[in-house]
Amino acid sequence: MNYNWNWHIFLEPNPMGTGTYLDLLLTGLVVTVKVSVLAWIIALVSGSVIGVLRTLPSRTASWIGFCWVEFFRNMPLLVQLFLWFFVLPELLPRSAGLWLKQLPNAPFWTAAIGVGLFMSARVAVQLQAGITSLPRGQKQASTALGLTTVQTYRYVLLPMAFRIILPPLTSEFLNTIKNSAVAITIGLIELTGEARSMQEFSFQVFEAFTAATVLYLLLNFVVVTAMRFLERYVAIPGYITGK
Amino acid sequence: MIEINHVNKWYGPTFQVLKDCTTSVAKGEVVVVCGPSGSGKSTLIKCVNALEPIQGGDIVLDGVKVNDPKTDLPKLRSRVGMVFQHFELFPHLRIIDNLRLAQEKVLGRKSEDATAKGMKLLERVGLKEHAKKFPAELSGGQQQRVAIARALAMDPIAMLFDEPTSALDPEMISEVLDVMVDLAREGMTMMVVTHEMGFANKVADRVIFMDRGEIVEDAKKADFFGTPRSDRAQKFLSKILQH
Amino acid sequence: MLGNFDFDVIRRALPYLFLEGMRFTLTLTALAAFGGLVFGTLIALMRLSSYKVLGRIAGFYVDFIRSLPLVLVIFWFYFLVPYIGQWVTGASRPITVGAFASSLITFIAFEAAYFSEIMRAGIQSISKGQPAAASALGLTYAQSMRYVVLPQAFRNMLPVLLTQTIVLFQDTSLVYVLSIPDFLGAASKVAQRDGRLVEMYLFAALVYFVISCVASFGVRRLQSRIAIVR
Ligand SMILES: Nc1ncnc2c1ncn2[C@@H]1O[C@H](COP(=O)(O)OP(=O)(O)O)[C@@H](O)[C@H]1O
Ligand SMILES: [Mg+2]
Repeated sequence: MNYNWNWHIFLEPNPMGTGTYLDLLLTGLVVTVKVSVLAWIIALVSGSVIGVLRTLPSRTASWIGFCWVEFFRNMPLLVQLFLWFFVLPELLPRSAGLWLKQLPNAPFWTAAIGVGLFMSARVAVQLQAGITSLPRGQKQASTALGLTTVQTYRYVLLPMAFRIILPPLTSEFLNTIKNSAVAITIGLIELTGEARSMQEFSFQVFEAFTAATVLYLLLNFVVVTAMRFLERYVAIPGYITGK
Repeated sequence: MIEINHVNKWYGPTFQVLKDCTTSVAKGEVVVVCGPSGSGKSTLIKCVNALEPIQGGDIVLDGVKVNDPKTDLPKLRSRVGMVFQHFELFPHLRIIDNLRLAQEKVLGRKSEDATAKGMKLLERVGLKEHAKKFPAELSGGQQQRVAIARALAMDPIAMLFDEPTSALDPEMISEVLDVMVDLAREGMTMMVVTHEMGFANKVADRVIFMDRGEIVEDAKKADFFGTPRSDRAQKFLSKILQH
Repeated sequence: MLGNFDFDVIRRALPYLFLEGMRFTLTLTALAAFGGLVFGTLIALMRLSSYKVLGRIAGFYVDFIRSLPLVLVIFWFYFLVPYIGQWVTGASRPITVGAFASSLITFIAFEAAYFSEIMRAGIQSISKGQPAAASALGLTYAQSMRYVVLPQAFRNMLPVLLTQTIVLFQDTSLVYVLSIPDFLGAASKVAQRDGRLVEMYLFAALVYFVISCVASFGVRRLQSRIAIVR
């Protein structure tokens, strides 16, 4: 391969005047982390609500849950981001649309909300599966004690369901991080984006992508390790989770 | 105390699980319900505290109509204790917290009162020293005794048991039955689905025999064990008494 | 607002969108699914083989690819493939690879990691008695895999494989980052040219939505039919 490797490139100043190329990539990493965490919070909250709706006996509730999941699952994430970023402001009343377009950091917020909603469908499906995997008697026992439906979910079903789905939730969080890279298409300069700009400025394409790759692997490692600790922390003595 | 009048219930459009069931349990009375598997015993007992809705007839509990839409069901359910075949302790809560949950969330008792009450009942079922353990760390018989204590912690006016010993290993059955016998002798109103004829013999006032959704026999204990009037009950009795 | 929604823009673009864009998308999806399945199965066999080293390599590949965003992988291969081509052909300069070939290689490499996990689960779900019975009949390892284990694993996993293919179909839209005219790329091109972003993106979303919905509905029916047969 006649490619001129130059690993020192990371210590050379970047043309943006924001320090070295390494600084550039680390800035991207921070954006990736921020956008992923925000998206994950959105996914977790809305996905949990929808997941619960899908397990309620009410027809209306499960229908709403069904529509939500199908809507966000059956369109490419990229297309969804385009809808929020390019289409939504045009469909709103003029002043609201203008306000949206001029929002500082619009790509960031769009990415967080767009990726969050996209992932919420997956969280909802996981949580629904977790709740339905619990013995039916749990809900009956808690109802028989006089707990309301809200209390039953809050104190009995959800604590168990979330414990059970912790491993799949870990991979969904990792997916959220990976999916945040799609936001490069609406102009968010996160880790992949910074690697791309480093490649364009310095022509050291493989160094740039190698660094981004390493940083993604590192991020993965941190998340997986943290989740292992969380799993151990919430594990119930004597209780064997079905594998 | 419990009045069941001409109750009809369907699962789905065609399957009638309860057919014109009528019976009652007076204050302080112990009624044993038996019958072949699938005859609707669990369904009947779950209708009493409205865990299952009914489509025809009436159920009145201590003067309150259960199947009245205006009835405050959580409040009503909190006054009736229920014990399940598979215990249904909440696996993520310590034993004492299993006993505290509904006391605090439904009855609004203060934490220290709920704990004191819980400890008293655990002592009564002989499990005081296990208060800090999790359900999965206890044997089946111990778990079922905790479940009984959990129900008693609500100061119920009546207790419903759905095959409380049929998921237990033989050597653990008596420790649970002993608790139930004590309860019966103290004058608790009890409706007990069980095949333990020894228990019925000892403390039951009446025995109900169900088959295919119908109450076939509803007799004083002595009459039932003396000469059951129906063939079906006779056959059933001879089958379970063989062992 | 929707008042000046221009349906005619969509109508005029239809031939381009479908004959060029959608054809690219569907061809890429089909070929990548096929290639991903073939290589994914090979990787799964490597992971399950008794040669520890092979298993390690396969496992490393799968974990590695699955840790990376698809967008980054697309960039990687876009720049890497010309060099690999040069190395393979012994040319003196990095060779030029067309947009289609580049994306196809990317998606096969990427999807192979995901398909391999599905096939691995499928193979592991087959009872140990099956290969044992096959070798008792005198079949070699390769034969028992080829004629006994893999067909069953494939059939059991068909719904999951098809669901993954629907995900792949949606993911191909990411070739947008290479300015390749797949379906979304074509829609985007028209959108920019005519200044009709609302119409074109809404239409693209609708098309993806309908195709994915119909396909996953089909998979669900297939799944319930397989469940009955078993
Ligand atoms: N949730 C349900 N949906 C439909 N059928 C049910 C349901 N629960 C119970 N059944 C059916 O109703 C009949 C009576 O059930 P059950 O009351 O549990 O009987 P038993 O407790 O006497 O064994 C059985 O045929 C059972 O299959
Ligand atoms: Mg029963």
